[in-house]
Amino acid sequence: MASIIFDNVSKTYSDGVDVIRQLCLTVEDGELLVLVGPSGCGKSTALRMVAGLEAISAGEIRLDGQVVNGIPAQRRNLAMVFQNYALYPHMSVRRNLEFPLRMRKLPGREIKRRVERIAEMLDLTALLERKPKALSGGQRQRVAMGRAIVRDADAFLMDEPLSNLDAKLRVQIRTEIATLQTRLGVTTLYVTHDQVEAMTLGQRVAVLREGRLQQVAPPGELYRRPANIFVAGFIGSPGMNLLRGTMEEKDGNPVLRLGPNRLILPEQVLTEHPGLQTRPGESLLIGIRPEAIRLADDLAEHSLPARVHAVESLGHETILHLATDLASIASDATDPAASTDPAPPLIAVLPGQHRFRPGDTLQLGIDIDGLRLFDMSGNAVG
Amino acid sequence: MKSTTRALTQLLLYSALTLLALLFLAPLMIMLIGSLKADARVLVEAGTLSAFLPAEASLQNYADVFRRSDFLRFFLNSVFITGAIVTSGLLVNSLAAYAFARLQWRGRDLLFNLVLALMILPFEAIAVPLFYGVSMLGLRDTYLAQILPFIANAFSIYLFYSFFIGLPKAFEEAARIDGAGTLRIFFTIILPNSKPVFASVAILSFLTWWGSYLWPLMVTIGPSVRPLPVAIAGFFTLPPLLWGDILAFGTMMVAPVLVVFIMFQRWFVRGVAASAIKG
Repeated sequence: MASIIFDNVSKTYSDGVDVIRQLCLTVEDGELLVLVGPSGCGKSTALRMVAGLEAISAGEIRLDGQVVNGIPAQRRNLAMVFQNYALYPHMSVRRNLEFPLRMRKLPGREIKRRVERIAEMLDLTALLERKPKALSGGQRQRVAMGRAIVRDADAFLMDEPLSNLDAKLRVQIRTEIATLQTRLGVTTLYVTHDQVEAMTLGQRVAVLREGRLQQVAPPGELYRRPANIFVAGFIGSPGMNLLRGTMEEKDGNPVLRLGPNRLILPEQVLTEHPGLQTRPGESLLIGIRPEAIRLADDLAEHSLPARVHAVESLGHETILHLATDLASIASDATDPAASTDPAPPLIAVLPGQHRFRPGDTLQLGIDIDGLRLFDMSGNAVG
Repeated sequence: MKSTTRALTQLLLYSALTLLALLFLAPLMIMLIGSLKADARVLVEAGTLSAFLPAEASLQNYADVFRRSDFLRFFLNSVFITGAIVTSGLLVNSLAAYAFARLQWRGRDLLFNLVLALMILPFEAIAVPLFYGVSMLGLRDTYLAQILPFIANAFSIYLFYSFFIGLPKAFEEAARIDGAGTLRIFFTIILPNSKPVFASVAILSFLTWWGSYLWPLMVTIGPSVRPLPVAIAGFFTLPPLLWGDILAFGTMMVAPVLVVFIMFQRWFVRGVAASAIKG
């Protein structure tokens, strides 16, 4: 087992495009860390640099304390699971599983023992003589996992291994991967663009955007305390709503002005944003999780009027797209202060089923305990 | 109305294709049937429909070919020379193409363009300098002179390259991570997944070198290392000029080509199509 360390790693392609910018990240020994981000954010490149499939432009990658920048892929003792599985099409499942062991010149008896043990562990015994093309997507995925596990590698690298599976199978294999990783205790760097996968699998999750690390934290913290508006919008489905507000002071206490309402901030919000006291008069972005919005009575204090724009009913919950008088900002805005993009709708997730139609008007209440506040440059208020 | 037009178009199309096929088949038929006729009748019947009718067929011409020349010797020479060019060509050209398609090295693109440029150079343009080179090396009248210059081949490299560039990189990357080096990857992963292109390159180079005439004529002196195309020419230059014998010789010379082509046709078509689409 080994830790994986990115120490100020950068990657610039020959055409001058910076894919990874000064990445500093540690995957602890035995940890499953998920690297998540939108398409093109550089997450796969980061993984491939660890694997030795891409050269590093600057910085160091260390495996178990040893710098591996110049060590070719075949000598790094890492195992990788590819997005399209990359099973050797001309070899049977058995030969696929044997391949990494043969390359290491293990004795025949040991190869046979290991392959059979892995096949049993992953329920592949009956499929050992089949070719990959005769397997279903889920079975191929398990063979790819098996080929990674069979060698006792120092670490696993997984490049979107579930993205070719249908939704149901994805959930099943996701659980299998998590169980297997815990059982084997192998350091794992897992790349995905799917934040649900990241949140359910990762012991810690690292969010990447345009080659820059945005935040590394356990899933719960990433959800509760996003470091900036990008993370706030990316993590959670749907992502956090961002509204413009202003800090005010009333009787010496900080008060948040949101549209017509003045919200007295609860103790929890104040503790999580210690820098807030010093910002009276300042504009802020207020992050509200869709789950923190509920229906309110017309007469309730601090209720906000809204008009239903669209309704998505998922059975166990209903997602409402709402038009309000509040100024909202898109979480991927590069300069929220100057953003002139059309304001995105406010999204609310209500438990259960509701019979709203587009055009209906309603009153909203907000659970302000879970508010997250950001300055106008998009970073969380410290 | 529409279906009638369609049927008519189909009929016309198939008729045209059948005619074309017959046109290509005719010389082969004339050769095969002529080879079974007495020498005197071959030329007399050549311009008539009788050219396609094997009246009084006999194998006398075949026996004459073996009596008048050392056919077996020429045949084995051709098999050896062509076989050596094809097999070593498959190895050398596929490895070169793999290096162009997948490995990173300085000057790769420039060199690849130069190799591509070689494709437009006709052999006749380099025949004389090549002849000097072979003479200086003392290789005249040897098998080596007929094999060595043709192992590396720009067109073969191009066909391999077009195929390799279309193979998913993930297989190679997986193998690399599994611990395989470049050569191992080539032989255990790339090669088994490239059968169609190996088959088409093999057939194309077999056809080219089996029928090669000019160069063997230049570098061979005696019959010991001569291949079939040069040997058949001997039947024209030395009297008596017997057309039945020539056609029998030709039939025996063409037969292996047809056998090879029919055996590997499936691979050949797939390989050429794949190269064409991906290239």
